Amino acid sequence: MNLSKILKNSFLIIAASVVLTACATQKKAGQTQGDVYTGSDSVEYLASGVKDRVFFATNETVLTTASRETLRKQAAWLRKNSKITIVLEGHADERGTREYNLALGERRANSAKDYLMTYGISSDRISVLSYGKERPVDSGSNPLAWSKNRRSVSVKAN
Amino acid sequence: MLFRYLFILLILLPLKAFALIEVDITRGNLNPLPVAVSPLSIDVKSKSDFRKILKKEDLGSEISAVVENNLRQSGLFNPLNKNAFLQKPDIANLKPRFEDWNLIKAQALITGKVTFIDEKLRVEFRLWDVLAGKEMMALAFTTVPSNWRRVGHIITDKVYERLTGENGYFDTRIIYVSEEGPKTNRIKKLAIMDQDGFNNKYLTLGNELVLTPRFNPTNQMVTYLSYFRNLPRVYLLDIETGMQEVVGDFPGMTFAPRFSPDGKKIIMSFAKDGNSDIYTMDLENRIVERITNHPSIDTSPSYSPDGKYITFNSDRSGYQQIYIMNSSGKNVKRISFGNGLYGTPVWSPRGDLIAFTKLHKGKFYIGVMRTDGTGERLLTENFYQEAPSWSPNGRVLIFYRETKTNSKGEGFSAKLWSIDLTGYNEKMVNTETDASDPSWSSPLTN
Repeated sequence: MNLSKILKNSFLIIAASVVLTACATQKKAGQTQGDVYTGSDSVEYLASGVKDRVFFATNETVLTTASRETLRKQAAWLRKNSKITIVLEGHADERGTREYNLALGERRANSAKDYLMTYGISSDRISVLSYGKERPVDSGSNPLAWSKNRRSVSVKAN
Repeated sequence: MLFRYLFILLILLPLKAFALIEVDITRGNLNPLPVAVSPLSIDVKSKSDFRKILKKEDLGSEISAVVENNLRQSGLFNPLNKNAFLQKPDIANLKPRFEDWNLIKAQALITGKVTFIDEKLRVEFRLWDVLAGKEMMALAFTTVPSNWRRVGHIITDKVYERLTGENGYFDTRIIYVSEEGPKTNRIKKLAIMDQDGFNNKYLTLGNELVLTPRFNPTNQMVTYLSYFRNLPRVYLLDIETGMQEVVGDFPGMTFAPRFSPDGKKIIMSFAKDGNSDIYTMDLENRIVERITNHPSIDTSPSYSPDGKYITFNSDRSGYQQIYIMNSSGKNVKRISFGNGLYGTPVWSPRGDLIAFTKLHKGKFYIGVMRTDGTGERLLTENFYQEAPSWSPNGRVLIFYRETKTNSKGEGFSAKLWSIDLTGYNEKMVNTETDASDPSWSSPLTN
């Protein structure tokens, strides 16, 4: 990649974040960062202070700092409640083809699973289920709704 | 019972080799051929018999309406208004007065006769070249009365074939996913219908989520994804018996299934530990073979018609792109290089093109490219659309389109649409409910 391309790309990223921030502030301040959802709509709790879900950027499966914190809390809660098993339900937004999104949801749930495992949760307590774009929580056709739908949700299985 | 039929095909007169009328279907047809579809004539006795059996007032008119609708929908023909017809159906079928048909600017004329004979429906029809004043084709069929719509489709196929030189695609079915309920909790069922939207039947009850049904080459089996017991797996369904079975014994999600062109294998993705690769399962000996082995997402596989190659979707370059490889998995080559993301490649039945979905700058496109990736042509642009499936003659694509919801998240709909390979004649395909994931059958008769 040459310098002008790098400059051009970083300009695009800056421009994109300016646009996104502008959108977000118009609706509700601080609901997304990059395009990862940071708000609390649709978020439920596995226990007091233990959020049930983490969110992803478009086409991404990387866990953000906030997501890792949520998952560490989930891991701590799972360690305390050693009989509990969970299903990680991976989801994508509606802006992708159905089959690819099924794979993407599976990859997102697995990135949450891998993180829980590094915090000592045995893989046989965690199963993974991808819904692709089949089960959005927000039926909106806008960037904020899509950010809420790109998620991995930990659901108690027993 | 769905695919059981009884046809006796009689050629009444030898086909004549000359034809003045010809419809060019290789470019967008802005001047559809004016054609007069005369109601098929029917005698008083047959009319009353069919009225009893089929509850149809005039079966001759009903069958000609099927033909007329097919021809209009194809975009290549302009069926003329019946009110302008001067000649009575029975007389026209014996010997058309070509001057009368010429007067209303018909270039082709379809006539015919319907009779009830030995508990069967007998239909004969003729295609006439009005300008040349000659008969182009004459055929007769005998079948069970309940098959009357299919007779209309077969007549259309014959007319289409005679006038365009291409195979018809009217005596075919579409399998799709019927959708109902709120966007956040859609109820989905497998459904099957004739290509013109009639004879709709539901194949599952909606108790579990079902996706991406695809026919086998003989149209008797369907492979699809079902979330039965919350385990997303590829299933096989026998349409006649209703028997269902899981395909293979995979310890995780299998999805994106299709049949091989010989019908002997199912090719699909298997996702494990965050990685999706492509596998095949032989339906006779149940042997599973791994085709791709790459840490990226590999999905949406589709065979070339000769079975030698596979096109598929992978994000190994960082983003969703289209690739081809040998059916063994060797010689993987990326073929999509345009701007944007590419998905859902499907090889055309003629072998020369790959249809795809493209996402670029927030818009979704259905397009085609050659199998080496050159000659990309986008046919239609929209807020959301995907999953093209080819008509068996490779001339038309059917896909689904979803609408954007309003600020309250209301107004969602999913519908089937079709478009000509030329990019013309884009239209919605009527379905009882919302619909997605269409897949076109091969011709029911040959």
